[in-house]
Amino acid sequence: MLSRTADNMFWLSRYIERAENLARILDVASRMATLPSAYAGSSNEWESAIATAACTQAFHARYDKATRENVIEYIIASPDNPTSIKSCIDTARSNARAVRTAMTGEMWETINEAWLEMQKVNLRKLDAGRLPKFLSFVKEASLRFDGAAYRTMLRTDHYWFQRLGTYVERADNTARLLDVKYHVLLPEKEAIGGGLDYFQWTSILRSVSAQTSFHWVYRETVKPWLVADFLILSDKQPRSLVSTYRQINEVLDQLSETYGRRGPSQRLAREVIATLLNAQATEIFQGGLHEFLEVFLAQNNALGAAINQQYLQ
Amino acid sequence: MTAGGQAFDEMHGFDGSVRDGYTLLAQWLKDAPPDLLANRKLEAEHFFRRIGITFNVYGDDQGTERLIPFDLIPRVLTGGEWDLLKRGLTQRINALNAFIGDVYGARTVIRDGIVPEDLLLKNPSFCPEMTRFRPARDIYVQIAGIDIVRVDSDTFYVLEDNARTPSGVSYMLENREAMLRLFPELFAALRIAPVDNYAENLLATLRSVAPDSAPGDPTVVLLTPGQFNSAYYEHSFLADKMGIELVEGRDLFVRANVVYMRTTEGPKRVDVIYRRIDDEFLDPLAFNPSSMLGVPGLMSAYRAGNVTVSNAVGTGVSDDKAIYSYMPEIVKHFTGEEPILKNVPTWRCREPDALKYVLAHLPELVVKEVHGSGGYGMLVGPHASKAEREAFAKKIAASPESFIAQPTLALSTVPCYVDGGLAPRHVDLRPYVLAGADGVRIVPGGLTRVALKKGSLVVNSSQGGGTKDTWVVE
Repeated sequence: MLSRTADNMFWLSRYIERAENLARILDVASRMATLPSAYAGSSNEWESAIATAACTQAFHARYDKATRENVIEYIIASPDNPTSIKSCIDTARSNARAVRTAMTGEMWETINEAWLEMQKVNLRKLDAGRLPKFLSFVKEASLRFDGAAYRTMLRTDHYWFQRLGTYVERADNTARLLDVKYHVLLPEKEAIGGGLDYFQWTSILRSVSAQTSFHWVYRETVKPWLVADFLILSDKQPRSLVSTYRQINEVLDQLSETYGRRGPSQRLAREVIATLLNAQATEIFQGGLHEFLEVFLAQNNALGAAINQQYLQ
Repeated sequence: MTAGGQAFDEMHGFDGSVRDGYTLLAQWLKDAPPDLLANRKLEAEHFFRRIGITFNVYGDDQGTERLIPFDLIPRVLTGGEWDLLKRGLTQRINALNAFIGDVYGARTVIRDGIVPEDLLLKNPSFCPEMTRFRPARDIYVQIAGIDIVRVDSDTFYVLEDNARTPSGVSYMLENREAMLRLFPELFAALRIAPVDNYAENLLATLRSVAPDSAPGDPTVVLLTPGQFNSAYYEHSFLADKMGIELVEGRDLFVRANVVYMRTTEGPKRVDVIYRRIDDEFLDPLAFNPSSMLGVPGLMSAYRAGNVTVSNAVGTGVSDDKAIYSYMPEIVKHFTGEEPILKNVPTWRCREPDALKYVLAHLPELVVKEVHGSGGYGMLVGPHASKAEREAFAKKIAASPESFIAQPTLALSTVPCYVDGGLAPRHVDLRPYVLAGADGVRIVPGGLTRVALKKGSLVVNSSQGGGTKDTWVVE
């Protein structure tokens, strides 16, 4: 297939996945913000949302303080934010238009409809009542796209690059969501494992639709290392870093088989999964969860660069 | 002739009777409940919006994407009418191909005084790089969108030959798709010739003109200027239907006179390029050096016979509006037959007598720029104000060779669904004619364009025109 087509498929899938993740981040933040301020103390969940979305610097170039209104505006639709939900969907559609022939009608229609819907929503007037509906619309668009790709695409390299984009972005997003906790400083008085701590960890699980499934797997109350175990190391949790990297390895193997050639991306992906499989949640916490996630995010970025070099130019 | 009350309506005779082919449709329309058409129109809009069939209008601030208006009421041609058109179109494309080969080869048309030499050799569309070069199978125009207008029950005129990169075929196909969804009961009742094998025909045509050096299974690609081009939807649509790669200039490169595309597996050789880019942007080394759309070195690969470019470079010399007026003689010269399809009588303003006539009769003529297209730069005499005519007369007098004039034809009308009711509107027809090494292929029908403004004769989508489905019935 054309390198440009592969590049477009890879990135449009990343953008759709990212839009979904941004919606999830806002979901978590809104939920954390429902805690009474006396209870939540000085924690600023809106600041954490910005940090999780990896746009602290750009955001503060424009605003002093993170508030509900300006964070929502910035993450959803600000023209100054090149990775707002709106620009993710715009870019995804533009990429999709450029490679319409590489995708199925269902996939195109999903993206096109989401884009048309975005034109109708008054993004500046998303009050507390309308925000949840909008966020589920974004998540649903991503779910439909993912489902359409899975159910309708031929299993050829077009499909593998679509998957690759989804998984590389998902791995990035799961790591960032988990890192939210690092950015939401627990007020000093508050005990680790206390009510607020519990609420914050539960929100993270909720944001990946994994609150119930957590209990199915662990049959215990929510504890930080268990959440980390679930979202980093669990084979059962489809968004965990281990799961996404298993998928990434599978896809890269498919590509190398199809093309009869292996390269740096295959090597890198193997290294990452090996590290993950050797890790244990307790050790991760001893070394520092944030530090672990930072290393992971750097590796994941390196993989993106390797894929670009090997296939997309 | 003037447009208006005198126009030939394809559904109804002047006495109100229903013509052949339309009987069933007319009855169905009569029986349909009043809100049925309104509802189906909404459905149709939803359908086109969802599949993303839009066109871009240059200079339109309303964003780059707009729906081309689609009219629900089909236009019907009888099998007999279609047979006549088909024979005429086949004759016409064969003549076009022979003519272009002659212009870049033996030049018998000049020797025998059929076409003036300067009109060919000084023509802006004449491409000196093509001289004495013979494309694969000697076919220059693989795809022509020959515009036809009708003025009465027996008379069809060719209006334009469109032998460069004609567009609009995706509307023909999507209109049919929409009609099949909206009016299944009509398709069940009438025997309507299918059009959906067009893409297959196109691919077969393109493959038939692969260069000799190509393998038995040649690689065909569609070259687009990119997604901001007004016809981008069509480019991706056709590539998809043919199952070929949709490439942009940057996806291709030339090494040792061979064209390759950049793929995830490394360079892959390309044998046939169905290009939807104008000649001058094809190769910055040979033509417009500032073109970012083309492929450096493409012309030399083409001339080396390592790739087929379709349509061939330089075909514009045949569909120029000044050359058009010589087509009846050209058809006779190359086929030895009388033209089956007539030309609209045309005054060439470059000829002093004609110029005098044109300037004296502006209110009844349509004047067109020789190199214009898309309905721009033309004067519809009867509809123009006195001031507009005077301004145009000055333009003509300043450079007569740039203009031709034709009588204002009473284009036939077909009922359209406008403002909640049926009303006659003027139409033309663009059948898509394919010429391959193994013969000429034409799917029955074509794109009917309609001037949706009352009384208007301009059918171009950039000027407020719409389209409708075209049915050839037994």
